[in-house]
Amino acid sequence: MSAELMKGNVAIAEAAVRAGLEAYFGYPITPQTELLEHLSKRMVELERVFVQAESEVAAINMVYGAACAGARVMTSSSGPGISLMQEGLSYIAASEVPCVVVDMMRGGPGLGNIQPSQGDYFQVTRSAGHGDYHPIVLAPASVQEAIDLTFEAFDLADKYRHLVFVVGDGLIGQMMEPAVMPEMRPIRPRPDWAVSGKDGREKHIITSINLGAERNEAANLRIQDRIRVIRENEQRSLEWNIEDARILVVGFGTAGRVALSSVKMAREAGLPVGLFRPITLWPFPEKRLAEIVDGGIQAILVVEMNAGQMIDDVRLVVGHDVPVSHYGRLGGAVPLPDDVLHEIEKIAANIGLTATAMAG
Amino acid sequence: MVTREQELVRTVVYKHPEALEDVQTHYCPGCTHGIAHRLIAEVVDELGIQDRTISVSPVGCAVFAYEYFDLDGVEAAHGRAPAMATGLKRVWPDRVVFTYQGDGDLAAIGTAEIMHAAARGENITVIFINNAIYGMTGGQMAPTSLPGQRTKSSPMGRDVKIAGYPLRMSELLADMDGAAYVVRRSLHSVREIRKAKKAIRTAFMTQISGLGFSMVELLSSCPTNWGFSPPDALKWVEENMVPYYPLGDYKVIEAVKALE
Ligand SMILES: Cc1ncc(C[n+]2csc(CCOP(=O)(O)OP(=O)(O)O)c2C)c(N)n1
Ligand code: SF4
Repeated sequence: MSAELMKGNVAIAEAAVRAGLEAYFGYPITPQTELLEHLSKRMVELERVFVQAESEVAAINMVYGAACAGARVMTSSSGPGISLMQEGLSYIAASEVPCVVVDMMRGGPGLGNIQPSQGDYFQVTRSAGHGDYHPIVLAPASVQEAIDLTFEAFDLADKYRHLVFVVGDGLIGQMMEPAVMPEMRPIRPRPDWAVSGKDGREKHIITSINLGAERNEAANLRIQDRIRVIRENEQRSLEWNIEDARILVVGFGTAGRVALSSVKMAREAGLPVGLFRPITLWPFPEKRLAEIVDGGIQAILVVEMNAGQMIDDVRLVVGHDVPVSHYGRLGGAVPLPDDVLHEIEKIAANIGLTATAMAG
Repeated sequence: MVTREQELVRTVVYKHPEALEDVQTHYCPGCTHGIAHRLIAEVVDELGIQDRTISVSPVGCAVFAYEYFDLDGVEAAHGRAPAMATGLKRVWPDRVVFTYQGDGDLAAIGTAEIMHAAARGENITVIFINNAIYGMTGGQMAPTSLPGQRTKSSPMGRDVKIAGYPLRMSELLADMDGAAYVVRRSLHSVREIRKAKKAIRTAFMTQISGLGFSMVELLSSCPTNWGFSPPDALKWVEENMVPYYPLGDYKVIEAVKALE
């Protein structure tokens, strides 16, 4: 199949349709609205379920209902809407039902603006709701990656009966890039555990209440067991120019993409710099990062479109062995390759690396 | 010849409904939640829909309703039962989906969800237990608490200057074009309970016939938090709640009338 020019939001929506999305519930918010608009047409055309809910609170609880019924289901939003969904997300995680949530992050806090941001990293990776759990969080940096990860998100959700986030920043949602769509997959049968009417079997109950400390602890431990397996099996990342690198730049999504340009510029100038781009924000790709750092990294620069959130996860991996610094733009501003290059040069000078020394 | 006694033995006049589990509930003595459960279960039996009915329990005293119905079921977040039911029903259009909600759940925190479910004409059935109080959290003022009613959070009586006025949900929802059947009944006497059962049956029939949103509001008692004996609580429903919340049919579209 040949590549077609596609807008990120539309590409994600269509990828979900091709992955066998049965139901979508959402509420308009920039910068993800094209996603909802695309589905308002496509889902109806295909005689699947599309409902524009009265709020994100309602949308996520509709998702919860459809997920309990075993349907492949998705919603999408941005910061303010994701904040409203927190309670529902927590019920979904506690009930161990699968669903996919797209968060096109915008500048916060508050109403902030509609410019691209990565300010919701903590919100999505820590729990996205009250209680003890982590969703799986996938972070594409291009339209093609957004398609591939969305397509796969549904399988991951099913496999672990868990909440899966696809997070972009406004840029991923709004930009046009050539990309290839996967073939349409048939809608999968509803799983055995679904609520469907008890028809000739024992009744099925899906609930998140567990009265008594022991019962609720047991339920929590079951979730933690699954989370441990996810952490073991699903860490993903991409890397560039790692082999002889002494400085490692770490960034995800758009920030990772910008940082790649800077790394290439630094290489041209003869600096030994590599890039590490996490694809899964949770589980954070700690195993691979630790290996790379052990291979001779002397300093790390974390580039984000926030005040420093993923840097905490990087620090958890490297501890005090290697100095870690941060370069971030806030509130909807996107870092420029030249600015990141400048940061790299400063770090190189600090640790006594010079381009000429390298060239020699 | 068959004696009258033998005849009675042959005719079942009372039995435990199939759709109701044979377990002890956690409801207080004299609470009308149990009556409402039984009526729903009897209707499910009579309509033969036990195998394809899904219950949506609320947050409130009825949070464990799913343990008492022998039906597939889910437990919603506080107030969100109509949204959850929407998700279930849209992907299982041939199943029967009902929510069971208290007044805090339906008329305070979940007002947006119930209004929009009705406005969309969502083909679900809502059983609305109006007991004019927050039962589960120990007796605070509900959106439906009467003016002057003493509760834990209106200890001097509901002062409408501070707390505003109660919501009459049946009247409000009847106004929605998507609502097909909206009625208010009461559980304070045998006669009213009979009428309530008939209404619940019509509400389920409305859904089964694909006619749109149906709701039965049931005026109910909370002897524990009102601080009355069970009989006095029923009297309080009749004497104080019924005048404020008149019983009756607030919306019955023609197609539903044809069902009856
Ligand atoms: C988001 C949220 N807010 C508050 C609560 C606490 N809460 C539990 S039940 C309840 C009130 C229930 O009252 P009602 O709906 O009238 O039902 P009843 O218990 O009287 O049957 C409240 C406020 C909660 N569980 N979740
Ligand atoms: S607290 Fe009130 S509503 Fe709740 S079970 Fe007891 S009597 Fe019934």
